[in-house]
Amino acid sequence: MNKIETHNVNLHYGDFHALKGISMSIVENSVTALIGPSGCGKSTYLRLFNRMNDLISSVKIEGDILVEGKDIYERGVDVDELRKKVGMVFQKPNPFPKTIFENIAYGLRVNGIKDKAFIEERVERSLQQSALWGEVKDKLKKSAFELSGGQQQRLCIARALAIEPTVLLMDEPASALDPISTTKIEELIYELKNQYTIIIVTHNMQQAGRVSDRTAFFYMGELIEIDETKVIFTNPKNVRTQNYITGRFG
Amino acid sequence: MKQPDHLKVRKKKQRNQRLAFVSFGIISFSMVAILVVILSFILYHGFHVISWDFITKMPEDGMTKGGIYPAIIGTLYLVAGSMLFAFPIGVMSGIYINEYAKDGMLKRFIKMMTNNLAGVPSIVFGLFGMSLFVNKLKFGDSILAGSLTLGLLALPVVIRTTEEALKAIDNSFRIGSLALGATKWQTTRRVVMPMAFPNVITGLILSIGRVSGETAPILFTVAAYFLPKLPHSIFDKVMALPYHLYVIATSGTNIEASRGMAYGTALVLIMLVLIANLLANALRRYFSKKVKMN
Ligand SMILES: Nc1ncnc2c1ncn2[C@@H]1O[C@H](COP(=O)(O)OP(=O)(O)OP(=O)(O)O)[C@@H](O)[C@H]1O
Ligand SMILES: [Mg+2]
Repeated sequence: MNKIETHNVNLHYGDFHALKGISMSIVENSVTALIGPSGCGKSTYLRLFNRMNDLISSVKIEGDILVEGKDIYERGVDVDELRKKVGMVFQKPNPFPKTIFENIAYGLRVNGIKDKAFIEERVERSLQQSALWGEVKDKLKKSAFELSGGQQQRLCIARALAIEPTVLLMDEPASALDPISTTKIEELIYELKNQYTIIIVTHNMQQAGRVSDRTAFFYMGELIEIDETKVIFTNPKNVRTQNYITGRFG
Repeated sequence: MKQPDHLKVRKKKQRNQRLAFVSFGIISFSMVAILVVILSFILYHGFHVISWDFITKMPEDGMTKGGIYPAIIGTLYLVAGSMLFAFPIGVMSGIYINEYAKDGMLKRFIKMMTNNLAGVPSIVFGLFGMSLFVNKLKFGDSILAGSLTLGLLALPVVIRTTEEALKAIDNSFRIGSLALGATKWQTTRRVVMPMAFPNVITGLILSIGRVSGETAPILFTVAAYFLPKLPHSIFDKVMALPYHLYVIATSGTNIEASRGMAYGTALVLIMLVLIANLLANALRRYFSKKVKMN
């Protein structure tokens, strides 16, 4: 089943045409990797699904963007509700200057949950899901800034998971991390895809190969090709895809 | 092309570096020295005047004897009153400008006006306060009118520091919060403001310093020449330290005889500002600790 569909989406930053007529589908409970050279529009495309592009005043969007069959840019759509359903993890870990516990509880609190026992249980579960519980269970009251970069990123993943989204957007979630943390995050993605629809942007071809089921190749604002990951990496139809994954440009 | 002589280049760099270091050092040292001279001058002349009686008694004998108690109380009221007015409004305006207003004409206009407001001479505030608060709104010469006038004077400082404090907060925190389904207001109140607050306090410190020493804005709105009793309500007049200082230094009944009193008053005023700064600094430290741990 398709969790997300875009039909002929065009996005402009002022006069700059950043996404050109993109139509594609994202399969539910699978991992889709977005690859392509820097500036080709991967992040811009990703931000469509939780309407983060709305924060940029020069943005103009045309076309249909459907999440679970509903047009999320329709009038009357509650953006905060959408963002509860579509979580996001950023390239640079951005924990809040709060305790580890409060970082994760934050998403619950702003969504009106007050029950203490419930929050505690959800915090623990999210930390377990993001494979951080063992490392932090004795210092939940410590500042999140005391964690390492890799731990902070897993904290941000836990923070996103705590509000039980069904879609997880990850924009180069491991690009600022060491190989061990990267492996942990990749394993995590592998675990999570049973329950979540994950879209991940990455510049690391091996990573795309390891974690994703389907891969989409973007080039200068266009979707060149999308297919099963192993097809993209072994037998791409388009010569530009082939050049990119074999490292001949980009 | 001739190759540069590396030894020579290095020597020149080192010489310039040392020159810059020494000259900046001298300049900042002399600034501090001037400040120290002024302070010790006042301390030297004022110290022996200060006593328990001086800060707790009413003025006597045409303000040549006794204390300055009512002026101290008056200034405390005025500082507190003006901050009560300027701080919340200034902080809210700063939040509006930095977090809510879209970049455009309106925002530029508001920013320009606050900048202009900061440059208006304080006597103009005094006249404005007199015609609006004292006369038009019929508050009379009162703590209320004086506080509002001083508050207006402090407003641009609070707005500006709030704005700067908010601007310094990395956008990734806002985006992280919004991405979790928080509203803009929740993001501002729960993430951005706690982070900015220690620096917002700087605005409070600066404006307390500014407000407590101003004479012109209170001249026509609240300050009493001689009033040896404490106010009962916000509609009463009060004496205030800067105005009292001005009076006994220039137009008292006996200027020579009250010279010591003048230095004592100046010293008390400086001490008050100092204490206010220390308090606000402690507050600032408290909030910056709290923000990491909450
Ligand atoms: N806020 C913005 N305002 C104007 N132009 C923007 C903005 N954000 C991105 N762009 C432009 O849109 C294009 C796509 O940007 P985007 O960030 O989506 O690229 P990307 O594929 O994620 O690149 P990278 O791999 O470097 O992260 C770029 O040419 C960029 O300059
Ligand atoms: Mg990007």
